[in-house]
Amino acid sequence: MDSAVQTINNLTIGFTSQKGERISILKNISTTIKKGETVGIVGESGSGKSTLALAMMGYVKHGLYTISGECIFHSNNLLGMQNKELENIRGRKIAMIPQNAGQSLTPNLKIGYQIDEALRLHTDLKKEDRDKKISELLNKVRLPSPEIMAQRYPHELSGGQQQRVAVAMALAGNPELLLLDEPTTGLDVTTQAHVLELLNFIAKDTGTSMVYVSHDLGAIAQVSDRVIVMYSGEIVLDGPVRSILKNPIHPYTFGLLKSIPKLTSPGLPDSMSGSQPQPGTVKLGCSFYERCNLAEDKCKTNSPDLEFIENLNTSVRCFKYEDLIDFKETKSDNVKSTNNNILDNEILDISKVSISYAKQKFLEQLFNKIDDTNPTVQDINININKGETLALVGESGSGKSTILKSIAGLLKTKDGIIKFDKDKVLSNDLKTRDPGFLRAIQLIFQNPDESLNPNHTVEEIVSQPLRLYFGLKGDELKQKIIEVLEKVRLGEFYLTRYPRQLSGGEKQRVAVARAFAAKPDIILCDEVTSALDVSVQAAVLNLLQELKEDFGTTYIFVSHDLAVVRAISDRVAVLYQGRLCEIGPSKNVYQLPSHPYTEVLLGAVLEPDPDVKPKLVAEDIVEEKPPEQGCSFQGRCPRILGDICKNVVPPWQIGENGNSIRCHIKVEDLKKQQNVN
Amino acid sequence: MTLEKEQKKNNLQKIFEVIKTMASKPSGLIGLSILLFHVILAITSPLYVPYDYKAIDPSLMLQAPSSEYWFGTDSLGRDVFTRTILGGRTALTVTFFGSLIALVWGGALGIFCGLVGGKIDDVVMRIIDAFLSIPWILAMLLIVSLLGTTTLVLIPALGFFYGKGIVRVARAATHDVIAKDFIVSAKARGHSNLSIIWNEILPNVRDAIMVEGAMRWSWMLLGFSSLSFLGFGVSPPTPDWGLMISNARGLMSFAYWAVLAPIFGLSSLIIGINLTADAFAKALGIDRSTKAPV
Amino acid sequence: MLLLVLKRILLGFITLFIVSLITFSGVEVLPGDACTTYLEREAYGAALEACYERLGLNTPAHERYISWAAGVLQGDFGYSLSGEMRINDVLGPRVKNSMVLASASILIGIPIALLLGIITALWRDKLPDIIISTVTIFSMTIPEFISATLLILIVAIWLEWLPGIVIVPTGASISELLPNIILPVIAISMIMTAHMARMVRSSVIQVMASDYVQMAILKGVPYWKMVFKHVLPNALLPAINVVALTIAWLLGGVVVTEVVFNYPGLGRLVIESISNRDLPVVQALAIILASIYVSINLIADLMTLMLNPRLKSLQIKK
Repeated sequence: MDSAVQTINNLTIGFTSQKGERISILKNISTTIKKGETVGIVGESGSGKSTLALAMMGYVKHGLYTISGECIFHSNNLLGMQNKELENIRGRKIAMIPQNAGQSLTPNLKIGYQIDEALRLHTDLKKEDRDKKISELLNKVRLPSPEIMAQRYPHELSGGQQQRVAVAMALAGNPELLLLDEPTTGLDVTTQAHVLELLNFIAKDTGTSMVYVSHDLGAIAQVSDRVIVMYSGEIVLDGPVRSILKNPIHPYTFGLLKSIPKLTSPGLPDSMSGSQPQPGTVKLGCSFYERCNLAEDKCKTNSPDLEFIENLNTSVRCFKYEDLIDFKETKSDNVKSTNNNILDNEILDISKVSISYAKQKFLEQLFNKIDDTNPTVQDINININKGETLALVGESGSGKSTILKSIAGLLKTKDGIIKFDKDKVLSNDLKTRDPGFLRAIQLIFQNPDESLNPNHTVEEIVSQPLRLYFGLKGDELKQKIIEVLEKVRLGEFYLTRYPRQLSGGEKQRVAVARAFAAKPDIILCDEVTSALDVSVQAAVLNLLQELKEDFGTTYIFVSHDLAVVRAISDRVAVLYQGRLCEIGPSKNVYQLPSHPYTEVLLGAVLEPDPDVKPKLVAEDIVEEKPPEQGCSFQGRCPRILGDICKNVVPPWQIGENGNSIRCHIKVEDLKKQQNVN
Repeated sequence: MTLEKEQKKNNLQKIFEVIKTMASKPSGLIGLSILLFHVILAITSPLYVPYDYKAIDPSLMLQAPSSEYWFGTDSLGRDVFTRTILGGRTALTVTFFGSLIALVWGGALGIFCGLVGGKIDDVVMRIIDAFLSIPWILAMLLIVSLLGTTTLVLIPALGFFYGKGIVRVARAATHDVIAKDFIVSAKARGHSNLSIIWNEILPNVRDAIMVEGAMRWSWMLLGFSSLSFLGFGVSPPTPDWGLMISNARGLMSFAYWAVLAPIFGLSSLIIGINLTADAFAKALGIDRSTKAPV
Repeated sequence: MLLLVLKRILLGFITLFIVSLITFSGVEVLPGDACTTYLEREAYGAALEACYERLGLNTPAHERYISWAAGVLQGDFGYSLSGEMRINDVLGPRVKNSMVLASASILIGIPIALLLGIITALWRDKLPDIIISTVTIFSMTIPEFISATLLILIVAIWLEWLPGIVIVPTGASISELLPNIILPVIAISMIMTAHMARMVRSSVIQVMASDYVQMAILKGVPYWKMVFKHVLPNALLPAINVVALTIAWLLGGVVVTEVVFNYPGLGRLVIESISNRDLPVVQALAIILASIYVSINLIADLMTLMLNPRLKSLQIKK
């Protein structure tokens, strides 16, 4: 059974830069994929993992070329093949499940046609048999009513459904090797868990070998037998999943695992300094040298080889790996606790707020006429104390960002009042809001590429609040800008840089600096770390925490990532379809008994540990609108009681840990039901 | 140095860099050189023309090119070389200022429409559509024939008719920008509308509008020469390529040189401007080939 | 679906209504009117009054607009100034002649443009692309009157292959027109083809770089099948509207080309009527040319509506 499906020998792929230099994206990759094995390839953006996956199909992107090496599949080198030969392998022997199925399905062709195309190309089935097979495949990936599904166009499906179609298409040719390129990235937490479960089932059912490429160690842990860790175009670690995730012997993997926030260990994760080098910048020595805690002089000039360690069945690219073999983690050491100075002093009071997303056009804005009986966000009551970090958690469509926009004044509330500093009512129109309140509430956005003006230098970006609120000019302004930048660990050097010249983490630091330059009382953080790589995310989270301790700022932190929320927040509010489900101190919300939706969410979280499996409690149906009456979660609730949930808005109950749960089921009953599971 | 001065320096640096990128590709270099050559020629040519451009001499009618008359003479015995090197001056001036006008009013209206949206935007765009649907040549001919062919009529009229397309581009660019988070962020901070337009929107739509203006320039030159060719542009005896081609056309079976010289002059200038506009668009990272010439 | 189509058609009519307002008021606002230009130096006193009386120019502008517009809606453009002919009789044969010229150019131009655009995109940055792209840049930048003049000089005068100038009566039949229109059609379709080929090229290149084309390759779809099934339908759809705009814009160029070849179409009528200051004819021409523009765009809009699966399913839902 140990026969190889694909063997990669010394593969180097690169491009020629504008200056004529040859720059490698993949360096000397050698590995073997065995029959029936699932290999996880993990790395951050730019590590070359997707290029490697494509090369395994004999495909090299436009602009890149193979410098040396080969990908051997059944004793043929895929990279030296003619297109005609490759057409008989792709989709038939080796199939790909792409990263973004929404963009990878041809928009003008029906789902059925696209699957049929694969069947026609790679099987000898007749028309009727193919039709049957299409239904069979769609059934296998658990799509409802396959006959109707086949008649749909890709854009008519939800993200999760599109991903399932891509899986069905890949299975059409009965491949020996299945390549998955970030197949669950961009999906909601619960959908992601369901798709992964499906993939696991298929791996067992069909016995195909799989290569699972992802940046998410949580997903990798769930599916892989073996893990390959990539950094800067090289394999740095390659071994069995348990030893890699539980006792990593490469300093990068070690640091990476440490920087992932986990549900099981509260508090902020450790961060790694710096970021992955750009291709072509490291000429000598180990590419991880700059960020490595164990580095010594030798690492600067000599690059380590990938060394196979027999007794661990692991290959590692590091001179100092032995230091890590016997390293035993002492948990309490590594956990920084969030020591928030919460003053019992209410700074924001959101009461009975509802928001309608009915489009506000120019004239409608003038008359402020919104008539909507079933608003996107309804009945939100939250008090926030000074110095507190409150997190709003939910999947896409939960209304968490909408609430944030209303607090900032960007979106008018339909009903309800938001009070600042105990008794000052915030106007729901930006134009009539007191400038002092505008300064007091600042926003940080998800994607710094969008939130920083690409035509402004860092200096101009940070100067804006300083000029607007404090009227600073000349040298005084410049001094202040430098001061603020130093607070976010960026030196004077950055003043003249444009956002495009910065790395993702640096850009987000500039955005943080801009927010803090206004000396705000409250900062609204909208998914501020989800566009960042894991190792960078931890650094930004730590920075936010430190700044908060220095300035006593209050954060309202919106995120879909429960582990991140667990790490940074004092209190958590769980939202579904624009309605609150549960709210309370974070350590209590993360403990059962919980609102059934919180339970579903918590169950779907993927831990970077192969022994902790997600619990799939509810179906991952996508609901487009909140229900007209009754409980917002009635459509998906696994513990639904009956008509009462459909007709009556559930009451608030105080849970035994002090968290409030909005559910018709008594807390004691919830406790019983959830403990049984 | 204060921020303002630095910004000025930055802008200069940016312009210099853009020109450098433009010249780094052969097509851009060729375009820039042709354009530069024509501009210098237009400014300096009156200083060294060999003959008087309006001196009529029937005895010299339709002479073939010779060492004395490099490009021969036309049907009125005028030196074709003299008239050719002078023939681009009016065209260049009129279309350059015309494009500037087009750029300013088209850009301003486009940004305004993109910002306000709603009913006002709908109405303005409908009117722009209506203007677009009248062939430019018909409207231009009508205006010129009723108001005369002076540059004071031609520049604003061309500027108006070629600015319509810029409105659309500027509006679309503004639409793209206002959805971005950095605008939302500026709004949330409480900046005034004017400051948001000036600091946040303008720098981001500027490139698209300028590229559009550069393209308009070459199309306007085409339009202007067509007017001249039809006899509605420059009045004789002022030398102008379009007019020269039109006059010499009837006799081209005997005197092809009198047609070829202005054709060469006009074609090279249009190609020069076009290559420059292309290189300019590429240097700023804008793909102009997907756009219709309206 | 039907509602959307009706909405587009209504929008087209609104545009035409604005055009009629613009042309009518444009002629009003500009100095000089039909009588002053017609009578020239004698435009004073009794003669002028008589002329105003005869043409009905002494009634208020809005009344004249309404009666004119009412006529236009019934397909009657009134009388021309110079020959006192019915404008409809003047326009009829001209419209036919121009239609022959324009449709021949479009029919020849579109397939060639598609072919060139696709070839240049698929062989991007290789020899065929470089050669064709250079040629298209030249032919799209050089004005029609230059390419037309050069065509006459080379093909008609030096090589003597084809007649250079069209010498046919305005009312000539299509078969009489045929040998004469070869050069004009080449001149017009050259520039049109170049514009369209460039747009098709960049649209195809964009789609070739998309995730779904990469997916089709990785699915093992043979190259040409991929091009026809996955690339072209998606690449050509957005090009339809831009192509329509280009065609409409190039109508202006037809005017010049007709003058160069002495072709008896609408274009020459434009020049003639403007030279004669025959304002009623100019107004009629503006409306006719604008309606052609509007209908070309309308056809393009409707085609995109029919072909785009996104919009199709939108209508089914509603």
